[in-house]
Amino acid sequence: MTNPSTGGPTEPLAIRLTGIVKRFGPVLANDGASLEVRRGEIHSLVGENGAGKSTLMRVLSGMYEPQAGRMEVDGHDVTGWSTAQAIEAGVGMVHQHFMLVPTLTVAENVTLGRELTRAGQLDRERAIRDVRALSERTGLTVRAEQRVSELSVGEAQRVEILKALYRGARILILDEPTAVLSPPEIEELWTVLRGMRDRGETIVLITHKLDEVMAISDTITVMRHGRTVERLRTADTTPAAIARAMVGRDVQLVPDHVSAVPSSGRPAAIRPGGPLFTVEDLHVSSPSRAEAVAGVSFTIAPGEILGIAGVEGNGQSELLDALAGFRPARGRIAIDSRDITGLSVKARGDAGLSHIPEDRHLRGLILDYTVAENLILGQQHRFTRGSRLDESRIRANAARQISDYDIRPRNASLPARALSGGNQQKIVIAREMARPFQVLLAAQPTRGVDVGAIEFIHARLRSAREAGKAILLVSADLAEVLALSDRIAVMYGGRFVAVLPRADATPEVLGPYMTGADRGDGRNP
Amino acid sequence: MSIPLDKREITPAPPTARPAAGSSDWLARAQEAVLPPIVALLIAAVVGDVLILSYGQSPGTVYRLLVEGTWANAYGFGQVLYKTTTLTFTGLAVAFGLRAGLFNIGAEGQLAAGGFMAALVGLLLPSGLPALLTLPLYIVVAAIGGGIVGAVPGALKAKFGAHEVITTIMLNFVVLALLNYFTAAHLAVAGTLHTNAVHSGALSRLATFWNGFHGSAANLVLFIAIAVTIAAWWYLFRMRGGFELRAVGLQPEAAEYGGVNVGRVWITAMTLSGAVAGIGGLNFVLGYKGYYEDGFASGAGFMGIAVAIVGRSHPIGVLLAALLFATISQGGLAVNALVPQQIVDVLQAVVIIAVAASVPEVRRLLRAAAGRAAASLRTA
Repeated sequence: MTNPSTGGPTEPLAIRLTGIVKRFGPVLANDGASLEVRRGEIHSLVGENGAGKSTLMRVLSGMYEPQAGRMEVDGHDVTGWSTAQAIEAGVGMVHQHFMLVPTLTVAENVTLGRELTRAGQLDRERAIRDVRALSERTGLTVRAEQRVSELSVGEAQRVEILKALYRGARILILDEPTAVLSPPEIEELWTVLRGMRDRGETIVLITHKLDEVMAISDTITVMRHGRTVERLRTADTTPAAIARAMVGRDVQLVPDHVSAVPSSGRPAAIRPGGPLFTVEDLHVSSPSRAEAVAGVSFTIAPGEILGIAGVEGNGQSELLDALAGFRPARGRIAIDSRDITGLSVKARGDAGLSHIPEDRHLRGLILDYTVAENLILGQQHRFTRGSRLDESRIRANAARQISDYDIRPRNASLPARALSGGNQQKIVIAREMARPFQVLLAAQPTRGVDVGAIEFIHARLRSAREAGKAILLVSADLAEVLALSDRIAVMYGGRFVAVLPRADATPEVLGPYMTGADRGDGRNP
Repeated sequence: MSIPLDKREITPAPPTARPAAGSSDWLARAQEAVLPPIVALLIAAVVGDVLILSYGQSPGTVYRLLVEGTWANAYGFGQVLYKTTTLTFTGLAVAFGLRAGLFNIGAEGQLAAGGFMAALVGLLLPSGLPALLTLPLYIVVAAIGGGIVGAVPGALKAKFGAHEVITTIMLNFVVLALLNYFTAAHLAVAGTLHTNAVHSGALSRLATFWNGFHGSAANLVLFIAIAVTIAAWWYLFRMRGGFELRAVGLQPEAAEYGGVNVGRVWITAMTLSGAVAGIGGLNFVLGYKGYYEDGFASGAGFMGIAVAIVGRSHPIGVLLAALLFATISQGGLAVNALVPQQIVDVLQAVVIIAVAASVPEVRRLLRAAAGRAAASLRTA
């Protein structure tokens, strides 16, 4: 174990966690985990999904009480403290899911709970002044008077960080902060975090994106199976070494953008007879926006992957919902010239539509159902004898998928809840790839999945392409879109603002489209 | 397809790591199923001791009396079985709803409607028909009566998003008032609030087969209850319909993704729920009195909620929970001489609260609520 020097005894560590054990029922989330972070550094906490990173940070921020272990902040024993005590001591956490009141302004949200009053009344002016001053000092640009409901995701995240700082956080924990940001917004965030570090504040970043780890952090802790397996100095390590520590074996990382351009000799599988998947002038409304998707048209040929890049919240989810049949839409959707626009979810499946949904915990899996049951979800009508479920076929199907897709542990009767994120996603992938299908909607196929499983899932998507399927890939991870797609569409404000062949698409070209700086002409192929 | 799904927070999986040893899996599950009720009973016993002592009685004496008045003599046990029968039906009804994610508070009205419909048909039948012929008819009619009352809230939820708790509660008032009107105004025997006895098809009490049950109300409907319990288990855990119904109850969005028509499942579940409660009406109407009497349900529908929760919405669990609550209820009558019968009501409430606080599903709900409260405090 590499052990970076941890400072002299005169300067206590900002954070020192040793032997932390946290158990949820039968699940051991932290199994003697440790963490050491010095003051004034940016520290990355990395590991596969399910490695126990978030749990450890929730222990640190007082949300969970550890069953064993010792916690020190600034040299004081704080084992098992409460969230209130953590905030009081200057430990602030920014969660993956924002906790803001949408109807209040930025200033009101930041000062919520610490409202400034004058003669018993809210002092709005001072709140706005204070928030402005804080915003200028930190470089977290927001408009203090703006309602949170009008903010972009990136701005909302800035408000969350401001909120933590306003309460005096000197140790800031960020849980996967870049999942919702565009490349320029990520750069801005890095600038802000570096500024904070240079002012002596301490930052812990939970992430599993290795390029981020390399770009921003000074030191790294790698967790695996609830334990701390390695502590590294960023300058002394490589992404491959971190990946190996995370997974416990060698992995092939997502190839570089350029080398990932699909070979030109590939489209052997393309059949004559035109596109396999056609979408014409699709309009979709959501409860919050009338035109969440405002006239999108595209086609996908057999053996082609069309990737949709874009910052989350620009209509991708609504588009997917409409294509899958969860949401009514105007326009036309067709598989191989068969119109499926008005069909039910089940009928679309029977017509050859397969779907890896973007949120496996919400839609993709029934967490309390067993692996075997989840492996037939959506096809339960194919696994019956009369109206009775055919247990033996369900078991046989599960055994086959578990071995084909290397789902672990190899136990079909465990509830899906008990599996790690990567293995949960493999259930979804196995099910959707094993059914007969022509068109695959692959939404965030590797979100929250460890590097080993990413490699595997990408290979499966590529082989589906080789088999002549039409694939629509939607991912918040630009590197993934670039690595897999034959063509790339950028979605902004409910429209395709650009559709580019893979060879023309680089992060530099796509960035302005993604932020809406360049609205393009929506040119379609 | 726009279905008004409840925007529920999907409780995130407890951060997944390695699940502990797999071999003790079923053992852990069995413990989880059995421990809460046992702990609840112990807590209830302690509370009961305090209450009994406060009345200057000896807990030992009172509990002995309770056992003697229920399980230790044939009449008492017969009464326990009679009460178990009705509670099994209403408990299954509520459990069916819960499995589909619906809280059916309307079992009271559904039970009464089923009994009323059965009596109505019984009054129209000629006398002297063999029970083998009339029984299936009665079951169907009672199921239709309760099923209609259940289907209405299901349809209102599927079509308009009306919350089933509100609609089932309100429908109780409507149904009970209507039945009261029809009984009092048109069907009642003068000077009473009950109808004439059905002309044919009344069922034998168990005392007919074994004299020991003499005087108790236990009757053949008990076996219908057991059959319905098994059928409910079969449907929920072996049929495609049950697979989809439970999916809707656990994660409606995932069920929708899986090609399930969520609204249709809601209607089906509420109809089946009401039908099961309705069949329960036969216990009083055919098995006990032979006629419909206004108010015969007398809370058995509401008690079904407790039965379903303590029984963990599992048909077999429901059957056992029904037996437990029937015992406590009958035991209340047995100890009435020493302590007020209401003590038993308190014990019943303690059991419900203790179980509710200890079963994982409820704990998860409470934790989620506490989490939200804590989150808003953190913001504060």
